[in-house]
Amino acid sequence: MSKVYMALQDNEEAHYLVEALEEDNPDVTVDYQPAMIRIENEDRLVLKRETVEEKMGRDWDLQSLHVNLVTIGGNVDETDDEFTLSWN
Amino acid sequence: MAARKLNLKERYSLLTRDLDWEYSYRDKKEIFPYEDFEGIKITDWSKWEDPFRLTMDAYWKYQAEKEKKLYAIFDAFAQNNGQQNVTDARYINAIKVFLTGVSPLEYQAYSGYAHVGRQFSGVGARTACQMQSIDELRHVQTQVHAMSHYNKFFDGFQDFSHMHDRVWYLSVPKSFFDDARSAGPFEFMVAISFSFEYVLTNLLFVPFMSGAAYNGDMATVTFGFSAQSDEARHMTLGLEVIKFLLEQHPDNVPIVQRWIDKWFWRGTRLLAIVAMMMDYMLPNRVMSWKEAWEVYFEEAGGALFKDLARYGIEMPKYAATAIAEKDHISHQTWSTFYNYGHAAAFHTWMPDEKEMDWLSEKYPDTFDKYYRPRFEHWREKEQAGERFYNPTLPMLCNTCQIPMGFTEMDDPSLIAYRQSVYQGERYNFCSDGCKDIFDHEPEKYVQSWLPVHQIYQGNCGGADIEKVLSEYYRINMGKDNLDFHGSPDEARWNAWHNLESAEERLKKAG
Amino acid sequence: MAVAAITPDYTGERLDRVENFHGNIVVYVGWDRHLMFCSPIAFATPPDTTFGKLQDEMIAGAYAQHPDFAKIDWEQVCWLLNGEPFTPDREATLAAQGVDHKSIIRMQTPGLEGIGGSHS
Ligand SMILES: [Fe+2]
Ligand SMILES: [Fe+2]
Ligand SMILES: [Zn+2]
Repeated sequence: MSKVYMALQDNEEAHYLVEALEEDNPDVTVDYQPAMIRIENEDRLVLKRETVEEKMGRDWDLQSLHVNLVTIGGNVDETDDEFTLSWN
Repeated sequence: MAARKLNLKERYSLLTRDLDWEYSYRDKKEIFPYEDFEGIKITDWSKWEDPFRLTMDAYWKYQAEKEKKLYAIFDAFAQNNGQQNVTDARYINAIKVFLTGVSPLEYQAYSGYAHVGRQFSGVGARTACQMQSIDELRHVQTQVHAMSHYNKFFDGFQDFSHMHDRVWYLSVPKSFFDDARSAGPFEFMVAISFSFEYVLTNLLFVPFMSGAAYNGDMATVTFGFSAQSDEARHMTLGLEVIKFLLEQHPDNVPIVQRWIDKWFWRGTRLLAIVAMMMDYMLPNRVMSWKEAWEVYFEEAGGALFKDLARYGIEMPKYAATAIAEKDHISHQTWSTFYNYGHAAAFHTWMPDEKEMDWLSEKYPDTFDKYYRPRFEHWREKEQAGERFYNPTLPMLCNTCQIPMGFTEMDDPSLIAYRQSVYQGERYNFCSDGCKDIFDHEPEKYVQSWLPVHQIYQGNCGGADIEKVLSEYYRINMGKDNLDFHGSPDEARWNAWHNLESAEERLKKAG
Repeated sequence: MAVAAITPDYTGERLDRVENFHGNIVVYVGWDRHLMFCSPIAFATPPDTTFGKLQDEMIAGAYAQHPDFAKIDWEQVCWLLNGEPFTPDREATLAAQGVDHKSIIRMQTPGLEGIGGSHS
């Protein structure tokens, strides 16, 4: 087992992303550091567009994740609906 | 009937792969002349995967959004005299190191990716490199813009690009990138995209930038994280490149492993300066260098290399040495700059009592035993009005070009010396890693432009060291260099905050 | 090993060959376990410099600030030349006793443990 992680800038939009990540990855660890939020999980972390839209109450384009993303660790898979990090 | 909306994968394919064409009247080898000479075998470029399926239209849209956010913060920072609200003027010196040592590397990265983005015959790789090239140009521009504000109030920022090309310690980052850019396109990708961006830059951009925020420097954290938002894409490119090369042909595996070994080692040497910035130059500390190293190399890198093991790739050759060095590297590097503080374009100082206690706590096995007595001695000297400066020129490693201040990890108070003799001439190194790099490609590294030797050869404006520093390097002597205590930076800071300098306090007490 | 290069039989210009130093050689001096001086020193000096001059003028000028320096018993110093034990001849020139371009001379001063015993 290895950890995958992402870090987001600590801002308004990111808080919705964290909520969505917490919902879709129940064992996720969220660590608030100065100006950033580090989210890690064993082996796999998935961000779902639908869940984010639910939290935000509006349409949200998954690719706009890039605006707030600070760093990642893991293999990336990105579709219209999901952004996934994983280790094999 | 309305056309079905294309999904991300289809859009991406249309806007990248389908823009490629067959070469009908020119030989492919003639068009892509650099693709073969490194020994890398590519059998099928169409196997290149792009995990971020970013098309140019989406790229411009999100980059524009990032820029808007960024410049709004720069404006607010300037309007609110943000320079007065950082924790301490000493902190600004970390930003000077950044502007002179790191930002020019962004420019080098821009040029490097523009070059390799032209040289690959696979369109997926070309597109990714093209975007990264534009990103890197954005990084250098935003960094120069952000720090131009500090240039109005502090010394040492004014000649950063000139200094990057000439100043002794800046030959370390400069030669690192020169080495990568003068390699073939595949080595460049393994060097910069994988070893540097994926494995090591987190250590620079994540904990250090978080530290900038913690020290009230909103301008820096914003450009740092804005750059990092591109970095996630760069890191992914780095991982993709590795997987692609390893899957293309088994003969690629040993070549890639050697590049990983080399560039991991070059990268850890380069990061010695970041280690020092984190442990010594941030008045409010988020985490120690050692802690950052554990999270971002040992843990994250461990997971990565476990993942790559299925291809036959192992941990970088000198990872164990680098791991042992986490207890020493920041202290040794700060010692070096303290020794040669008269020859640097930023200020150095001795940590105060509280800061030394923090270092003792974070480095229980090494700080009190090896470093604290030295630092206390230096502090006493300074208090007696005899601030220690090393009156000589240092011996440099022929590969990393850093003064030979690193020690043996099984005997940490003994300098590590390594030597090779090539065609009758001696070459000296700081480590096995640096020696290996030379031994593998001596014809490249016999060309090292070692600043100390260049001074002795008379190529830096003559034999007078004062003149080398002031005229050849363009350090404003007495302003940019020397100890923070007694500097014009300190005086200005104290005036803004109605603080008295230590000397004035002493005078009054006396 | 050879550099993988686009030009066959690639060779580079040796930037630090001795001819570039205007009659000097580069000699490095390190004082073991005295890390107050962060790294060994690079001197440029004519090859006919005597060892006595190196020791009395150049080394002394470089290291005099160290509190251990005045305590050195020069009879007891162990010298290394490029990693091998070495018995210098004070009257002879560097060249005559095998100190060539980019050689490393190390001095070990047993009993002197650096500042506060920290090997600094
Ligand atoms: Fe960058
Ligand atoms: Fe980058
Ligand atoms: Zn080195």
